[in-house]
Amino acid sequence: MSKLEIRNLNRSFDGVPVLKDLTLDVAEGEFVSILGPSGSGKSTTFSVLTGALPPTSGEVRVDGVPLAERPGRFAYMPQKDALLPWRRVLDNLTLGLEVAGVRRKEARRKVEPLLDVFGLTGYERSYPAQLSGGMRQRAALLRTVVQDREVLLLDEPFGALDALTRARMQQWIERVWEEYRWTVLLITHDVREAVFLSDRVYVFSPRPATVVKCVEVGLPRPRTLASYTDPAFTRIEAELLETLLEEER
Amino acid sequence: MRPGRWLPSLALVALLVAAWQLYAASGALGDDVLPGPSRVLSQGWEHRATLLDNALPTLRATLAGFALSLTVGFALSVLIDLSGVLRRALMPVLIVSQTLPLIAIAPLVVLWFGFDLLPKVLLVAFVTFFPITVALVEGYGATDRDSQALLRSMGAGRWRIFRTLRVPTALPYFFAGLRIAITYAVVGAIFAEYAGATEGLGIYMQNAKNSFRTDLVLAAVGVSAALTLALFALTYAVERLATPWARKGERT
Repeated sequence: MSKLEIRNLNRSFDGVPVLKDLTLDVAEGEFVSILGPSGSGKSTTFSVLTGALPPTSGEVRVDGVPLAERPGRFAYMPQKDALLPWRRVLDNLTLGLEVAGVRRKEARRKVEPLLDVFGLTGYERSYPAQLSGGMRQRAALLRTVVQDREVLLLDEPFGALDALTRARMQQWIERVWEEYRWTVLLITHDVREAVFLSDRVYVFSPRPATVVKCVEVGLPRPRTLASYTDPAFTRIEAELLETLLEEER
Repeated sequence: MRPGRWLPSLALVALLVAAWQLYAASGALGDDVLPGPSRVLSQGWEHRATLLDNALPTLRATLAGFALSLTVGFALSVLIDLSGVLRRALMPVLIVSQTLPLIAIAPLVVLWFGFDLLPKVLLVAFVTFFPITVALVEGYGATDRDSQALLRSMGAGRWRIFRTLRVPTALPYFFAGLRIAITYAVVGAIFAEYAGATEGLGIYMQNAKNSFRTDLVLAAVGVSAALTLALFALTYAVERLATPWARKGERT
């Protein structure tokens, strides 16, 4: 059974459909990407999942339980890192736990063992403005995973980074994911990123968004720099790109 | 602070004071009508004890009034931010309140509340709460939407989002509003004393004017300006303490 099931999800704004009959699955411990043109309703999908927007129709289930019955199953990482500039790094990392009512001391104890993995040791007392772009994204991701929610929703987490930092972050997140095997739903418009990180890639159409293609990546893990030159990688990349370009027309 | 920042304004002030001194010394208006700055200074120094005795009640009224203003200004901003109905009800009333001429209101407030501290506190609060409220409301409105979506996804309610996100976002706006408000505060207190008081710089100025001591009126004006400047500088000190992250812009 799927961890996350989205069934015939529709959402419109003032009668204009943005999501149309969206159906999508994510299995436990699976890394799934949504690839689509900008403005296609990828972020709207996340807004429905986090409960910020009610769906017009359709259903979302986590472990078979409708989202309406048990909300708060997703940990969300927004496009910008959204670190609060007035909180020190450590206090930013514990934010989700704090909101969930976890005591500060306990929240810090949960965060501390992860600091090393996320390369933030020694920066606990810094303010976000003192971190580099890559560190900020790693901090935002740590803040997301430490919430212990069932599914991680990552909304173009590396979109704002320069190409080199982005490549480095993709390598890093692949390594860390191999270790923790979170269930991830990632939004991106970067085809290579989607192929490199995912088990499966859904391609969305332009508005109203619907799934036009679902591609199993199936490349061996752990993936490394060598994966980029794998013929299978290039083939999938070309296939996805072609689908996207066709849809644009 | 680099001297280059202050030199131009200091030079300008020196120039104006020198012109004033020269004009007063020419005797065109007479010493009791337009005393020169040197006379204002020397007479002010001679009467320093009385000036201080009257400056303290003014300062007390200013600070008490400002404390009330902060409380009311913040409370109003919360009400306006939390409810659209309250915003539509309150904002027009608050704006109209700022159109009332203080010169007509001040004597009435003294008439209603007597010659003690209370009418002064009320008047200082009345002239200073508005910039504070407006600044806070604007500041709340500047809250980052992504951060708000993030907190909501974490399960935060309205009140949680308000204190964890909206209030800290509004802080820089608040300090801008605070600086506008503080420049009205001392003037507001003096106005209230002018309308009726037993002590304070306002009543001191009035008495000095009635006995044709223009020099002492101006000396009191100087003291009130110094008070305002000191309070103004204080807001910067408080802001530095309250927003330590603002100075940590550079990477380590």
